[in-house]
Amino acid sequence: MSIRALIVDDSSVMRKIVERSLRQAGIDLSEVFQAGNGAEALGVLKESTVDLILCDINMPVMDGLEFVKQLPAVENAKGVPVVMITTEGSEAHVVQALSAGARGYIRKPFTPEQVKEHVLPVLAGKS
Amino acid sequence: MKSVSELLAADGSHENWIPLLDTAAKEVFELMLGCQLTAAATTEEINMDVTAMVGLAGQLCGVLSVRCDQKAATLMTSKMLGVALDKVGREVADALGEVCNMVAGNFKNKIAGLAEGCLLSPPTVITGSDYNLHCMADSPAIEIRMLFESMPIAISLQIHS
Repeated sequence: MSIRALIVDDSSVMRKIVERSLRQAGIDLSEVFQAGNGAEALGVLKESTVDLILCDINMPVMDGLEFVKQLPAVENAKGVPVVMITTEGSEAHVVQALSAGARGYIRKPFTPEQVKEHVLPVLAGKS
Repeated sequence: MKSVSELLAADGSHENWIPLLDTAAKEVFELMLGCQLTAAATTEEINMDVTAMVGLAGQLCGVLSVRCDQKAATLMTSKMLGVALDKVGREVADALGEVCNMVAGNFKNKIAGLAEGCLLSPPTVITGSDYNLHCMADSPAIEIRMLFESMPIAISLQIHS
């Protein structure tokens, strides 16, 4: 199955690493959208539909938690799973992210195997 | 896992933070760059003309920095992106900033209570070596020197008590 992914991170290097990790995980990406913060990501979602969102937490303008909270109001984002990828590793952050609507949480630094482990169940609707 | 207050109280010079910083850095390089950092035999000052810094605020205040030369920073970028050295362009500052961000995040996640009690600033990267950094920290910096693919890097943490 081929999917369209939105990767949200203020580091363009990290966005490329996440994209590469998804491909290394065997995920067939038909299209990859990128955004540097939550506000940009909301703009992308006004114009496009995606099947998966991977999102950092600490970003300027609009952080990842605020972005996730705003997603229910975005028509193109309804039902789209979000996986957080962040250096913020505390249980409190994990709980906040999951409460806000994220379906998975990956701590940086990470391996492609960890991306696979967290993303595949989310795509399969098991998480 | 010790708490930040225990660690701060145990040693005013913060020498006890060094193994945590060492492990945090090694994990980032191993997982994200696929290479091992090794111990540097000397602390001799060499020209390190790329400096990435991340501020810490909250239960622990200070600045974590990663310094290396341009060649090492370019190789780090190449390894992070999985591209040839000659394909590396303007991403070098972004890549070193992310390395610094991940070392800082990984370090604070190793201390009980600090993961949620300490926030990180976005990274700042300085290129060039003709500058003086005046940190307002009130205790001595802890610093580790390591070799990345035989090239020296310095990681330091300056702490406000």
